Order: sequence, then structure tokens, then C-alpha cells
Amino acid sequence: MLKSQDLSSRILSFSLRLAGIFAAQENCFQYLQQGELLPTLFGEAGPLGGAAWTAPTVRSGWVQGLRTLARHPSALRFLAACGAVDTIFSLQGDSSLFVASAAGQLLVHVLDLAMRGPAEGRRGPRARDWPACAQKIVCHIEDSLCSAATPQVTQALNVLTTVFGHCRGLWTQGLWVRLSPLVARLLEKDPVPASHSLVDLLLSVARSGPRGAAGGVGRSSSVLSSDRGLWETLAQTLSHLSPTQAGPLALGILKLQDCPQALRTQAFGILLQPLACVLEAAAQAPGTPGLLEGAAGDSMTVDTLLSSKSACVGLLCCALAHLGLLQPLPQRPSPWPQVPLLGAVVTILRLCSGSAAPTSDVGGRLCAILVGCGRVQRAALDFLGALSQGTGPQELVTQVFSILLEYLMSPESSSMVLKKAFQATLRWLLSSSKTPGCCDLDPHTQQFLRELLPVLQKRLCSPCWEVRDSGLEFLTQMTRQWGGRTGFRQALLASEVPELTRQLLRDPESYVRASAVTATGQLSGWGLRATPASPERPGAQQESLLGELLHILSTDSEGFPRRAAMQVCTEWLRDGRADVAEDPERFVAGVLQAASRDLDWEVRAQGLELALVFLEQLLGQRGSRCPYSVGLPETAPPGVLAQALQVLCRVQLFEFAFRALFDCDRPVAQKSCDLLLFLRAKAASCGSLQEAGDSPSVASVEATLQRWQAGEQGQPLGYLEPGAIVAVLRSVDLEGLRDTLAESSDHVEKSPQSLLQDVLAAVGVLGENEADCY
Amino acid sequence: MYCLSGHPTLPCNVLKFKSTTIMLDCGLDMTSTLNFLPLPLVQSPRLSNLPGWSLKDGNAFLDKELKECSGHVFVDSVPEFCLPETELIDLSTVDVILISNYHCMMALPYITEHTGFTGTVYATEPTVQIGRLLMEELVNFIERVPKAQSASLWKNKDIQRLLPSPLKDAVEVSTWRRCYTMQEVNSALSKIQLVGYSQKIELFGAVQVTPLSSGYALGSSNWIIQSHYEKVSYVSGSSLLTTHPQPMDQASLKNSDVLILTGLTQIPTANPDGMVGEFCSNLALTVRNGGNVLVPCYPSGVIYDLLECLYQYIDSAGLSSIPFYFISPVANSSLEFSQIFAEWLCHNKQTKVYLPEPPFPHAELIQTNKLKHYPSIHGDFSNDFRQPCVVFTGHPSLRFGDVVHFMELWGKSSLNTVIFTEPDFSYLEALAPYQPLAMKCIYCPIDTRLNFIQVSKLLKEVQPLHVVCPEQYAQPPPAQSHRMDLMIDCQPPAMSYRRAEVLALPFKRRYEKIEIMPELADSLVPMEIKPGVSLATVSAVLHTKDNKHVLQPPPRPAQPTGGKKRKRASDDIPDCKVLKPLLSGSIPVEQFVQTLEKHGFSDIKVEDTAKGHIVLLQEAETLIQIEEDSTHIICDNDEMLRVRLRDLVLKFLQKF
Repeated sequence: MLKSQDLSSRILSFSLRLAGIFAAQENCFQYLQQGELLPTLFGEAGPLGGAAWTAPTVRSGWVQGLRTLARHPSALRFLAACGAVDTIFSLQGDSSLFVASAAGQLLVHVLDLAMRGPAEGRRGPRARDWPACAQKIVCHIEDSLCSAATPQVTQALNVLTTVFGHCRGLWTQGLWVRLSPLVARLLEKDPVPASHSLVDLLLSVARSGPRGAAGGVGRSSSVLSSDRGLWETLAQTLSHLSPTQAGPLALGILKLQDCPQALRTQAFGILLQPLACVLEAAAQAPGTPGLLEGAAGDSMTVDTLLSSKSACVGLLCCALAHLGLLQPLPQRPSPWPQVPLLGAVVTILRLCSGSAAPTSDVGGRLCAILVGCGRVQRAALDFLGALSQGTGPQELVTQVFSILLEYLMSPESSSMVLKKAFQATLRWLLSSSKTPGCCDLDPHTQQFLRELLPVLQKRLCSPCWEVRDSGLEFLTQMTRQWGGRTGFRQALLASEVPELTRQLLRDPESYVRASAVTATGQLSGWGLRATPASPERPGAQQESLLGELLHILSTDSEGFPRRAAMQVCTEWLRDGRADVAEDPERFVAGVLQAASRDLDWEVRAQGLELALVFLEQLLGQRGSRCPYSVGLPETAPPGVLAQALQVLCRVQLFEFAFRALFDCDRPVAQKSCDLLLFLRAKAASCGSLQEAGDSPSVASVEATLQRWQAGEQGQPLGYLEPGAIVAVLRSVDLEGLRDTLAESSDHVEKSPQSLLQDVLAAVGVLGENEADCY
Repeated sequence: MYCLSGHPTLPCNVLKFKSTTIMLDCGLDMTSTLNFLPLPLVQSPRLSNLPGWSLKDGNAFLDKELKECSGHVFVDSVPEFCLPETELIDLSTVDVILISNYHCMMALPYITEHTGFTGTVYATEPTVQIGRLLMEELVNFIERVPKAQSASLWKNKDIQRLLPSPLKDAVEVSTWRRCYTMQEVNSALSKIQLVGYSQKIELFGAVQVTPLSSGYALGSSNWIIQSHYEKVSYVSGSSLLTTHPQPMDQASLKNSDVLILTGLTQIPTANPDGMVGEFCSNLALTVRNGGNVLVPCYPSGVIYDLLECLYQYIDSAGLSSIPFYFISPVANSSLEFSQIFAEWLCHNKQTKVYLPEPPFPHAELIQTNKLKHYPSIHGDFSNDFRQPCVVFTGHPSLRFGDVVHFMELWGKSSLNTVIFTEPDFSYLEALAPYQPLAMKCIYCPIDTRLNFIQVSKLLKEVQPLHVVCPEQYAQPPPAQSHRMDLMIDCQPPAMSYRRAEVLALPFKRRYEKIEIMPELADSLVPMEIKPGVSLATVSAVLHTKDNKHVLQPPPRPAQPTGGKKRKRASDDIPDCKVLKPLLSGSIPVEQFVQTLEKHGFSDIKVEDTAKGHIVLLQEAETLIQIEEDSTHIICDNDEMLRVRLRDLVLKFLQKF
């Protein structure tokens, strides 16, 4: 096939990868070697350097083939003999990013393979003992590190990052001893080349020791624990890089579990520096306690902040995001400067809203840069939300709530900023009400709620749908947490929020309708319904909420509101809501009827969830899902089961479940399978039920099911007797179906059989069809 | 430039440029009316029973003129307006008035009818038509509530000192004037000549003026005023937002020597989008609660955009059944006019016209009876009036117009809301005579004019050499002195002006354009002195008329009569002296020295100086000073030697 003149690049690429797969086994490799096939593919006689080589897919196939092939010593010898390593070097700078990246990884793989082997234990730090192939690669990395061209340095650093991230041999310690001086020398250049990659490498090296936060598992000994040089290099790097570049490194260092305190202090200082500058610049009076005790704002950070709007925004956003990531970690610096951080973030938000009035020159310029800046507002609100996990003096907490209210009220807040402000408000409200032993809201929170609800009301009337949506989401979350608290209930019922929420069920935007459905469901669950419309309010309708939900379920043109309605219905059934509990059978029948016709698979899946809840209410809970729990099997009395089945037949649950069993969407089918299995188990535990094993109706049901499975879903099942149901449940291979459904959706395409079919197809009709190379 | 107005968004400046006198806008500062009591359309017992104001010592001689309401003192008289400065320059010398938008022409009748003005006014058609509507509405509002009393005692300087603020601090009260009449309006408008965007208008041959779209309102313009070698851009009330008017033409403002920048947004901290959101939310909340909404507004401008927003919003907010009323003597004309000025609209609206559809959706609101318009509260309106409702009506100052009636009617209920959208008046001052007030007040000023960020981008784009602006733009607002972002930041710093100030604009007058008559041009013999540059001498008569300069062939020299030249006193033909040839080129010193040596000069020394060289002929005690633009031969009374040396120098130069 390879001799064919007009071989397409995709076929060639496929052949290279296929050969690699075959040659991964040493005996197979030997066999292919006898036929000189491998040099023809991977050596100079192959596509290398030819016309086909210009296609990235061929180069990619070449790299991937070798990557799979290189698994045994013979492969190493082959690589050396055919000069593949030099080609890999050149491919590191390939124009295709995929090829370049794969080449770098292949290089690491080959180095690792060369360094492993029978004598691995002895291959410690002494580099002169290393095999020739490894020597060659390391020399290449050394040359690249010394290169004046930044791309070369980047390649070398990326390769080393992969080495220390993935290779677990003792030799990595030797490699670091050998290369660290070259890496340290990069810091002497100004600007430091490839700073991102350098940061990645240093963090990768630091994590590769047992002290690392993520690494160390299964390591026999520390690679670098004795190397104090690493910490020094990290400290040097922190001080050499610009504030923006040093941020990710500082965060990485602080995430390490075992690292010298001095370095942690330095790293934390880097992250705090921009906020410290802001705090200092905005301080009303000199001598206000800052974020970094005793240290004035670093001039480099101040310069960056003031150099341009983009630099200032970039640095502040990074600092806020990094601190936000650090905040919840157990290894975050201690003591955590909660109070000054809160002060700083409140100051930033004030600068952004224009409500701060800094007196200093730097403060004035920062104000001019930051005012109205949505990116910083979003980052600051996120971080403010994260800080709600800690506490602060009441005065500062009052400031936090006041700035949050300012943002929620401001017409200048964009929809995204408002969303973040709602999220941060929720977190602060919830954290402030955690006071132990207190069952209701404290006066401060109560007061805040009184001011907040009119704002929420206004936001629910916003012409911008995103704002209405965020407002409803906030309301839902608040109600979920505080629905039972008297203070919240009183404030909410005194406002027009419940009425507005109900009106939003008819919003023109589907997302808003969905959120309104969820919010209404939540409010209603806590008995927080809109006050009945008074006669002088025209337009207010008094129809039942349940009716409205069923209306949405059966008529809404968009999926989101229907999904939300289905979820609310399920919750209501589960919680035994009064108007549902009056006649659950009618309720379930209505909902299932609407769900069965729905085109949205999530609605159908949610319908099955509701059916399951109904089943559990009729027949008792499903068995504990914990495999280790000890419990006696529950059995329902035969009378109960028969009665229950009658009910299920009446609400046409089986028609819905059996149709769902053959649903074209796998999650629906899986859920239905689980439901029917549960029902069958219940029926089995109660053997005395009269089965109608051979009755004509069973046969007709089975025939209908077969047609449904074949895709002909037009015919209905009709009314079924409970006995027939039990018989059908036993006759259908539900376990087999469950196993099939448990396979991933592309399991057929991924099977070896499919690969073979493709190969055969490619060989058989070469020239007509191209092989499907996935 | 003579600055006649202190209001940055209602400018009135006079520019003397190239022997023309151009007035740029004539805005009328109506904030003076806030000092007056409202003119109720229907007898208001509350207003008529307000107590008179008396001095601290109990002296009540002003109690007929001044009334007290909730701690504020108001003049009980026909409202008066603060005119542009009329004493700084003789306004009869103004040649033309350029109008940039309909808000900036409200003082026009005062200028054209009472100052001896005899020139022409230039404005676009929508500016004139909508300006007429605004003036008509103003006159109507004031004339239909005749007030017997005209207070003037309080204006006495000695008395004014004793009054409480803000009356005490009101400026130039003696120049405040009552509103003009419709007759004066018509006469003023008859002096307007209509222009179109990019139309070039010649003023006395000296200056060309061109209006450009400014994107702020229907027909709103910026103006280019240029001579052949100088360009002044006048930017007044411009917007970069996508609203209904044609977008702003920025490119034509490039390469200006001076850019006069006025009419920026009055609320630089408020983004119009956010404000429209506030407007809609508050409107919906009020109406849902069964309350009425009052929107004091002008009959044209932002109202079109608000109606468009509401058109999209009312259905989604469930407000379809709520009536919207637009009450103004010119409501009908305003709504109709907006639909016919298609060429002045933004692209989207223009394309609608070809469908054909009305460019503004308020046509549909009217058709479906959701929006109804009336000339006043009397008549049909009282039959159709249904609550809760939304009323758009004027005047935004709350001192006259139908709005006064609604303030009195709805002010007592907290269910109702007044929403201020026009930025021209302080809403707290506007509300002062209605206190105590139960109705809710929402301030969402919508000002689409340029903010400082946009100005900064605009200036970077058009790069004028100098920027001139009102003093309010050259420093942060007094209440927010730390907001360095709320001022014009440019290099060199903007030159600022204030009312009654005269500013010398930084022009460097360097060239004038002169035409050459064809027959004269024919006679020229150009000589190429270096590639691409030719020179020719020309003898001609410079003829200047209407600021145009023309070179005409000189008259033939009179035939010599005898050996002596005669000169007659009556003969105004200039003397044509025998012309010396003009010289050009440079003298290469080394070659010159060689030539001198060839001609027998010895002992030559050359010294380099800062400007050139000095060639010393030591033996002859002579000095030749060669500089870039002059050569001097300094010798001691030896004319022969000087002429010899001169001829040697001339050999190196070209003559023509």
C-alpha cells in the first residue's frame, strides 16, 4: 500500500499510527523489522522530507506512531538508528501546534524510556552514566536553554515541565542538578524570556517532590528535597519577574504543602502587593493600617498599576482571582489578613463605582482608571463573596453590605456585575446569619433585607432579561435557605416580590420563565405565595399556581421553563404539597401526560424522576444505595402492591415508562430501566400477585414493545391489567438493556471490531474511500 | 472668540475669523425660571395661598413679589430667562449665526429681533422645524396663563443682596427677559437659510462653513469653519451612541487648527443605557401598583427613544393595557415630523422608509391606541383620561406647561411617580415649589451627548492642534474634585473660557491663497532650480476684493518721454523699477578659493563661522563673509575690487 503513488495523507497518517500500535509489542516489532517495514515508515526512506511530509496530519501520524512504538529497548535502538531524535527536535518548532506539542511529549517519553531500564536504580545524579540517547536529548535541551531565541527556550522549558510533571525516576534529580544553573541563568536576562513556561517548570519541579501538594504519592524518595537551590531559584524568580508574571508563581508556591516559610511570605506578599497599593493610595489619613505591615507600596507594582488601564486592570484582576483561589485552601497563609483584604476589596469596589474620594495623587489616578471598569468589578465581587467565609468587625461588615447595596442599586451596574453582586450578597447574607443559637435574623440583616427587597423588586422589572434572571436566581437561593425564618418571611410578604415573581411566569424570555418557575416553586413550597390580587388591581389573575405550571408544561415553546416546571412538580409531589396531596393520582397523570409528549429529553427524564417518587410513595422507598448498609428486604403486602399497580395503570405510568425505555436519548432509557427494575423487584418480593403469563394482552404488549424498540412508536399500549404488567416486566430483559445502556455512546465505534472493519474497508476499496482516521 | 454664555450645553460664542463675525449657537439658559413660582393651568389654591416673604426684621414690602414655600422663596411673576451676554460685542456686527441643534437656538429671537442683527442664520431643516416646535410650545405655555404681575423690585441690587439663596446668588438678573412672542419667533425663523450636511457655504469669499452630522438629535450639526489655510471645528452637542439620528461624522473634523468643544453630557457619570433601564423598571413598578407615572419632557428628542424602548418593553412587562399620554401643544407635529425626516435618521431607520414602514415605532403605538396625544389637558383629554397611566408632558422645569397640573394632581399620593429624564434642570430645584410632596421622584437623566471617555477617544482620532472649551470641562466637577476622569485631558491642555470673556485663538497666520490671471501665468518663465521645484519671477499688481487676492498683469510701462522719468500725482500705477535679477544657489567655498587664486589673489585664509565661512584676503585687507542667505564683501573703499569680487561670487549663483 505504501508503494502506491497517490496515497492520500490521511491514509499515510493512519498507517503510521497503526504500525506504531503493532510495534508497541516487542515481538511484533521484531516481525515488522524483518520486513523492513518500520524504516520504510519512520526512517529517511519514508515520508520524512518527501512531499507527503508537508501535510500536518502525516507529521502528526509519524509522531504518534513513534509515541506508541517506543515502549521497549529495541525501539530505542531503532530510534537511534533511523535518526528519529533529530527529526523530533526539529518538529518541536513545527508550524502545527498539535505536532509541535506532540513532538515535545514524545521527546519526554523517549528520555524517560532511555533512563528507565534494568540499570535504573544506579542512574542517579551522575549524568555521565546516562545512555547516549538521553545524553543527546539533554544536550539539546541545554543548547535550547542557552539560546537567544525565546521560542527555543520555551520549547526546552516545556519539555522539562513535562519531565518533572510525569516522570517518576530518580534520574530527574540528576537532570535538575545538571540543568538548574542554566535555568537560573535565564533570570539574569531582562526581560526574563518565556516567563510563563519558566513559572510552569519551577512549579512542576517543586511539586515533583514529596512535599508537593499534588505529587509525592508513591515516590520512594525525594528527588529534590535536599536541594535548597530550588527554593532560592523560586525566590529569585519571584523577585525578578514583573508583578503580573509573578502572580501565578506566587499562587503555585502557596499551594505547595511543604515550603520554607520565608518563601511563602515572599509569595504572599506578591499577591497582596497590588491590593496593598490600592489600600495605601485610597487611605484617607496617613498611617492607616495597610495590608503589608511595615512595607510601603512596592514601586514596581505602583508603576504597573498606573502605566496603563489594561495593565492596571490585568494586575488587579489576577491578584483578586489568585487570592480568591487561595482563600478556601487549608494551606492558605496563616494568619489570613481577612480585615485588610476586606478593606482593600471594598476600596476597589468604591473606586470602580466612583464613590471613593481618594486624596492622594496615586489614588486619584487609580480612580480615573478604574471607574466604571466592569472586569475589575466582577473580579472584586467574586473575591468579596469568597471572603464571606471569614468574619470581620461589624463596622467593616456594614461597609460590605453597603457597597453591595450600592452595586445592586446602581443603574450603572452591568448585568454581569449585578449577577456577581447578587451572588456575593447571598454569600454574605448566609454567612452573617450563621450565628449559633440564633433562629432568626439579627437586626442588621433585617434592616439590610428591608433595603434590599425594593431593589430586588426593581431589578425584577428590568428591561434586561439577564438582570431579571439573576434577580430570580437570587430569590430562589435566599428562599431555599431562609424560607423558614420569620424575619425573612415577613419582609418578603410585605413586599411585591412574590407577586412580581408570579408575573414573570409569563416573561417573553424563556430563561426568565424557567427561573420564575423555580422561584415560584420555592416560594410556594415555603408558603410564601403572592397575596391575593385585590379588586382594584387590574390584570391580576387568581388561577391556581398548579394550573399555571401544568399550562407551562404543556404549552411553553421553550425547553427551559418546561424542565423547571417538571422539577417543581417533582418537588411538590415529594414534599406532599397540599394541593397535590389532595389528588396525587390526577396530578401525576396530568404531569406524565404532558411529559410523555415532550420533545426535550430532560423533561422526559424528569418525568421519570417524578414517576419514581410516586412509586416510592406507593410502594415504599428503594433499597439503600449504600452497598455496605445492613437492612432487611422490605416487602409490601400483596394487597398494597395490587392496589398500587392499579393506580399506576390508571395514571398510565407504564405507557410512559415503556416508551421511555426505548427512548433515543440514553439517559431517559437508563432512568426508565432503573424504574422498571425497581418495580419488578417490588413485584418479585410479593409473589402472590396473580400473573397473567399467557394471556393475549401480554402477548400484544410484548409485540407492541418490540415494535417500539424497532422505532415504530405510533401504536399505544392501551389499558393494562396489573397482572399483565408483572408478566411483561419479567419477560423483558431489563438487565441486558441496562448493561447495553451503561456502555458509552461511542462504544461501537471504539471497539477493535470497528477498527478492523475500517482497515478492511480502506484496503478493500482503496482509492474510492478514505479510511476514517479518528 | 467672544464668549457670551456661561452654560456649557447652551453655548453662545462669537468668532471673529478672517474678517468675518460668526455667532456659534444662541442657547437660552432657562434655569433662571426655577426661581419663579409655577404657572398653574388650573387655579391652584395651594399656590395662590402661599405666604408672602418678609425680611428678617419683619419688613414685608416684597411680599407681593416673593412667596415662600417649604423654606424656599420664589418670585411670583411671569418666568424670565437669562439671555446671552449682549454688552461684550456689538451684535449688529454679526454676519452669520450657525445653529448646531434645536436646543441651542432658543435665544434666537432675542438676538435677531433686538440687537440690530442683519445677517443670515444657517441651520438644517429638522433643526428649524423642531426648534420652531420648541419655541411654539414655550410661547404657548407662557401666554396661555397670563399673569398680571411682573415683579422687578427684587432685582434691585441692594434688595437682591438681602434675599435668601439662590435668589441672592442669581447672576445678571437685570438682563433677564420675559419670553418672546410668536411674531418674534416667526420673524427670527424667517432669517434662517436651510443647509444640508456637508454643504459648503461661502462667507464673503473669506471663509467656508460646512455643517456635519453630530449624531445627537434630528438634524444636529457640528460646523467646520475654514479658510484656505486655517480650519476651526465647532463641536457642539454630539453623540456616538446609536440612537435615532444619523451617526456623527468624525473624519471631517481631522486636521483642525482649533477645535471648540461644547455641549458634552451634563451627567457624565450616568450611562444612558442604565438610565433607560431605571426608567422602565420604575415605570413598571409604579403602574403595577396602581400608580401613575409623570415624565416631564421636551416634545422632541429623547422622547422618541423612550417611546421606542417602551414599545419593546410594555408587552413583556405586562403593561399593554396601560394608556400612555403625550400632552403638548406641538405633540402631533412632533410625532409626525419625526417620521418624515428620513434622510436625517440613522441607517436602520432610513431603510425602514423603503419598506415602506414608519421609521419610529410610535406610529404603531398610536395606531393601536396605546399612545394618545393631545394639545393640552383641556378638551378631548379630559374625556379619555384613564388611570393608572403614563403621561409625557412639558415643561421639564416644572414651572409652566401641563406638567404643573399633573404635579398638583398626583403629588399627594405616594403611589404616583415623577421620573425626570431631561438633564437640563436640577430635579430637586424643580420640585422645590411642590414640597411637601408624597409622590415618588426618580431621577434618571438621559443625556446621550459625549462623555469624557468618548471625548478623549475623539480627540485622539481627530488630533486638533488646540482645544477650546468652557471652563467647566477643564477641571473636575466641584462636587467630585478627585474625579480626574471627568475633565478634558489633552495635550496641549485645553484653553478654557467663561461667560463674558474674550479669548485669542492660537492661529499662526502664515499663508494666503492668491490667484494668477491666465495671461500673467502665460508670461512666466519657470526655471527648475532643483528637481520638482521651479521658480519664476513675477511682476504684477495684487488686486484684493471680497477677501480674494488676484495677481493681474502690470500695466504697460509708460513710454519714456525724454531722459527723465516723470511722475504725476494722479498716476496710481506703481513704478516699475528696473528689476535686479534674483539669485539662487550656494557658494562652494573650496572652488571659490580656487577661483580667487586663479584671479591672482593670494594669501587666502578661510575661517569657519557658526553661520558659514569668512574668506580673508589678507593682502587686500578684504573680507568675504559667506552665509546661507547673504554674502558680504567688506573692503576698504576699493570699489573696483568689490565689483571684481562680486562678479566672481555671482559666477557661482543662478540668476533669473
